[in-house]
Amino acid sequence: MNAKQIDQQQLLKDEKDPLTHTPVHLLSLANVGKHYGNIVALTDVTLAVDNGRVTCVLGDNGAGKSTLIKIIAGLHQHDEGVLHVMGEERKFGSPRDALDVGIATVYQDLAVVPLMPIWRNFFLGSELTSGFGPFKSMDVQKMKDITKKELADMGIDLRDVEQPIGQLSGGERQCVAIARAVYFGAKVLILDEPTAALGVKQSGVVLRYILQARDRGLGVIFITHNPHHAFPVGDRFLLLKRGKSIGYYDKKDITLDELTAQMAGGAELAELAHELEQLGGHGDIVKEVQAEVAETASAGAPTQLRS
Amino acid sequence: MTQVAVKLKAPDERVAKRNPFQKLLARPEVGALVGAIVLFVFFASVSQTFIQPASLATILYGSSTIGIMAVGVSLLMIGGEFDLSTGVAVISSALTASMFSWYFSTNVWVGVLLALAVSLTIGFINGWILMKTKLPSFIVTLATFLMLTGLNLGLTRMIGGGVSSPSISTMDGYQAARAIFASSVNIAGVGVNNTVFIWIALVAVASWVLLRTKVGNWIFAVGGDANAARAVGVPVKATKIGLFMAVGFCGWILGMHNLFAFDAVQSGEGVGNEFLYIIAAVIGGCLLTGGYGSAVGGAIGAFIFGMANKGIVYAQWNPDWFKFFLGLMLLLATIVNLIVKRRADSSK
Repeated sequence: MNAKQIDQQQLLKDEKDPLTHTPVHLLSLANVGKHYGNIVALTDVTLAVDNGRVTCVLGDNGAGKSTLIKIIAGLHQHDEGVLHVMGEERKFGSPRDALDVGIATVYQDLAVVPLMPIWRNFFLGSELTSGFGPFKSMDVQKMKDITKKELADMGIDLRDVEQPIGQLSGGERQCVAIARAVYFGAKVLILDEPTAALGVKQSGVVLRYILQARDRGLGVIFITHNPHHAFPVGDRFLLLKRGKSIGYYDKKDITLDELTAQMAGGAELAELAHELEQLGGHGDIVKEVQAEVAETASAGAPTQLRS
Repeated sequence: MTQVAVKLKAPDERVAKRNPFQKLLARPEVGALVGAIVLFVFFASVSQTFIQPASLATILYGSSTIGIMAVGVSLLMIGGEFDLSTGVAVISSALTASMFSWYFSTNVWVGVLLALAVSLTIGFINGWILMKTKLPSFIVTLATFLMLTGLNLGLTRMIGGGVSSPSISTMDGYQAARAIFASSVNIAGVGVNNTVFIWIALVAVASWVLLRTKVGNWIFAVGGDANAARAVGVPVKATKIGLFMAVGFCGWILGMHNLFAFDAVQSGEGVGNEFLYIIAAVIGGCLLTGGYGSAVGGAIGAFIFGMANKGIVYAQWNPDWFKFFLGLMLLLATIVNLIVKRRADSSK
């Protein structure tokens, strides 16, 4: 195999935190697994997240990406393996627990409450209050100002923070959610398919915010099924398939083409071409698939293709 | 992108277009407000008695008996749930107070406090079952409604031996409780019932909570999208259970009024009233699906109800038509709300 897999034992023991130079990861998972009843959703997943690094989790639909982030975000608990935060073993009982140790998640679909104004969404769950006891009220003006300023810092030019957030575009909503996580001191930022529903330009904007969050020293977990989005921003790449890790690479050890080939599953493509031929499918489609097989074969992962 | 200059100080040229009138139109209660004004002008023009101070006091009183409950029901509806047991829960509360203090011959206030505990517990149980089972609130509260209806009738007959609670007018504390829950204050020669002031106070507190506290933020959030709310750390269960208990609290106040306005309660009363409270909230612009609405809207809805209820009498029409008017009003108000909301959203 061209691409050199990260030796996972090595990684968990020796790699140092780039900012603090302590030999622990901001967040690390070792051999984590999860099953729902008798359905195994995730087995033996190992990954690490560090300050100022982007860890990409790639996989097709049903690969276990959602399960993985739900474990890290505290929505589900893992059944096997261990989860460490700053070297300390943790198991989150609720999203609040995860938030309290600085893990913030930006969900693809349920990041915000559409009917509520932007500033209310921005501070939802962490409202600023003033006053005492039962007379504690929200500091509305301050919250609005901070919202506007934080979004401006992220480069989002907002019309009106009183607008219901449902009126923003998908990309803008993602950015509000990212800005919110950054503002509330998140150390780990999980982004669940932030570019999945977006056009090319909007995706570019979101990717830029990912880099901004990284440059602010956050550890970012970027979940996606698009290697073209993952490769330019990622430092490490974890590939998932059917609930299992099929590869874990450092950026220096892998190219975009190899990543794409791994994602596409060269062996499966070859199989598909064969099947189509047997069925007597349209010649041009078969040719197309065969061309793609040849392309991925030349790009990387030859060992898998020969099998 | 990061270098984009954002003019924070100067108003953004893209928002400047939105004038105060459009801002008003975007409020949830505007449809109800327009309806209330139209209705007021209409009844004032067909009936001389309608605008006399004494009549207005009566209308306000009628509105307040719906409005007190509508406050809680509106908040609950904004929080994404509704409660069908409110009508009979009011009677349960009143029956608890009167039967307990009568049976054990205690001071009436003991019964009143016990009734508060019972009302809050009913709310808590509603909310707790809802959160545990994740069934729709329609089913859960329908079940509570039926059970409370049966309990009201059954226990009253078992303890008191009749269909109404025994009179407690001669018992200790009755006069004091009556002075608080059911007496009138004289304003410019017109007696205004205490419930009107309680109602206004409740609306003010509810509006403050909704718009200016974090709990209010949570109420909007759990109604708008409970999953999103949970994911950002909002205590969804506690918020919803708290809302059901707030409804219970409102039910306690109204129950005490019903008890002390007379001195006994009919155990079969209250059935059907839950819809009046829901109607008031919906007319007032609360979205049935949650996440949108206001306490003031519910109050205006209750006022519309009061005006229509009494206005028909003052106009000397047959009260048989009242329900028809109520239905028509509900339909018109919700359609107006819908149109207004769409226009406000698109004209940003």
